[in-house]
Amino acid sequence: MITLKNINKIYEMGETSVGALSDVSLHVAEHEFVAVVGPSGSGKSTLMNILGCLDVPTSGSYQLDGREISNMRDNELADIRNTKIGFIFQGFNLLKKLNAVENVELPLVYRGISQRERYRRSVEALEAVGLGDRIKHTPNELSGGQQQRVAIARALVSNPPILLADEPTGNLDTKSGSEIMKIIHDLHAKGNTIILITHDNHIAEQAGRVIRMIDGRLSEDREVS
Amino acid sequence: MGLMEAFKMAIKSILSNKGRSMLTMLGVIIGVGAVIAAVGFAQGTTKNITDSISSMGTNLVQVNITGRGSNRKVTYDQMKAFADENSALISRVSPQMGISGVTVKAGSKSMSTTTVMGTSPDYEEVNNRPISTGRFLIDSDLSGRSKVAVIGTAVVNTLFADQDPLGQKIKLNGNIFTVVGILTEMESGQTDTKDDFIIIPVTVAQRLGRNTTIRNFSVMAQESADMDTVVEKIDAFLLDIYKDENSYRVTNSEQMLETLDQVTGMMMAMLGGIAAISLVVGGIGIMNIMLVSVTERTREIGIRKAIGAKKRNILIQFLIEAVMITGLGGLIGVMLGVCIIKFIFGGLNIVPEAYSSFWMATSFGISLLTGIMFGMFPAVKASNLNPIDALRFE
Repeated sequence: MITLKNINKIYEMGETSVGALSDVSLHVAEHEFVAVVGPSGSGKSTLMNILGCLDVPTSGSYQLDGREISNMRDNELADIRNTKIGFIFQGFNLLKKLNAVENVELPLVYRGISQRERYRRSVEALEAVGLGDRIKHTPNELSGGQQQRVAIARALVSNPPILLADEPTGNLDTKSGSEIMKIIHDLHAKGNTIILITHDNHIAEQAGRVIRMIDGRLSEDREVS
Repeated sequence: MGLMEAFKMAIKSILSNKGRSMLTMLGVIIGVGAVIAAVGFAQGTTKNITDSISSMGTNLVQVNITGRGSNRKVTYDQMKAFADENSALISRVSPQMGISGVTVKAGSKSMSTTTVMGTSPDYEEVNNRPISTGRFLIDSDLSGRSKVAVIGTAVVNTLFADQDPLGQKIKLNGNIFTVVGILTEMESGQTDTKDDFIIIPVTVAQRLGRNTTIRNFSVMAQESADMDTVVEKIDAFLLDIYKDENSYRVTNSEQMLETLDQVTGMMMAMLGGIAAISLVVGGIGIMNIMLVSVTERTREIGIRKAIGAKKRNILIQFLIEAVMITGLGGLIGVMLGVCIIKFIFGGLNIVPEAYSSFWMATSFGISLLTGIMFGMFPAVKASNLNPIDALRFE
């Protein structure tokens, strides 16, 4: 499903250049649940951005479903993000002026799906994360856990094969955090490929495979029994 | 994403920031409103003047004696003789001698604002003032200095409310005149100077006004005559008498209309310039606000891009927002302008109501264009944001 070969990412900071990823190679198969751990500055966010097609590598090859991503244009990347990848962010990243169902509809808006169909699918997605009774609430009227569930519904609504979760429980209390983790496990069980970025070893151990990053390199890649 | 979606997004965004949107629009509203109102004012004024000029007919020549720097004068008899000599060009001449401050009395009633005009029988035809009853002046009234008067309806209404005015006596500054005719009403309903009007023989007026100089003549050309030739002919005749071309003025209503057209054209061009400036100023305001809005909504743009918005989706979203603000502003501006014309110019009787659909459409179009022009830069800026940086933006 995902194949990275010798990925390098170098940021130009004026005169100096900073290597964020060096020579990362990685294969993620379908239905896998991978946790990426590492201290801050280890390059895991950069890896996440590249995996999520928000950024392109400086060199190396990234194949997603057999398509080469590393030389795609902005518009093609936007399409990949829209159809292949669902994002779950630490800070939820909901639009504050839109209510829950409107937030969930957004990916479908950019896919050109009709209003009625959008609404139906969005309500379904919200029901799937247990927010069927909150669809008209704006983010400010929802708790952190509920907001993250709206974000998950938004990531799910376009049925992407891959879910990228960047510290999804980082801003949540333990109880909400474990609820979110439960939803993520359910999604994995339903067949989604999940890549979870965290600095919490306890959460990482819930995945099927843990990748540890240090200084822009993979330092460990092991299966969790 | 269809345009409908983009419009919905823009409406939502404008509504969620009502105060700011309104203030942003204000520049366009005032600009467009001012243009519509100013054009209306210009056109109303022009209409006023054009109407009164064309009511005179285009085959009229006005002769105006200023008498500056000369003791010479031209008499009615001289003008009449000149007209007869040139009967191939000139059909009629009417002298006009207005006397102001005349007290008009009939029985116990009196008026003092009435215009009293000394003229000749030709006035009826030349100045297009037909009578409704009785008769107009006749030549023997002039030669015999008869004290007869033709009066307007406003005079009738004031002095002879409940009796037939024909044959009645009126006193003009103590001189007794007989009413022989009544002029057809010009303006229905309201008292206008055109109806508050008394016509007497010019020879009598010269005595009543204690002044023999007639300052105004209207000359009516023959239908077939070339107006330029007529004007030249009169000019030559008067120059021969006065020896100074500054002592009189000969104007043809056609020329006056042409001059008026030029003045109106210049006025419109000036207004167009002002409109352009005010819309540019409004446009800069919009660009400013849109740039702030792009910065404020960096994170929103990042989120939208992360979940699949393409560059053009973001571009169109911001562009439509700008165009909607200016379009709405333009629309409100047009309404404001129309209200000013209707309720202030028309309502307070300042100038006649005149609306220019051309200028309404143009200024609305220009405001849309302003939105596109000044919304483009912020929209491009928004669409070019890098999603990662935008998502990281606090």
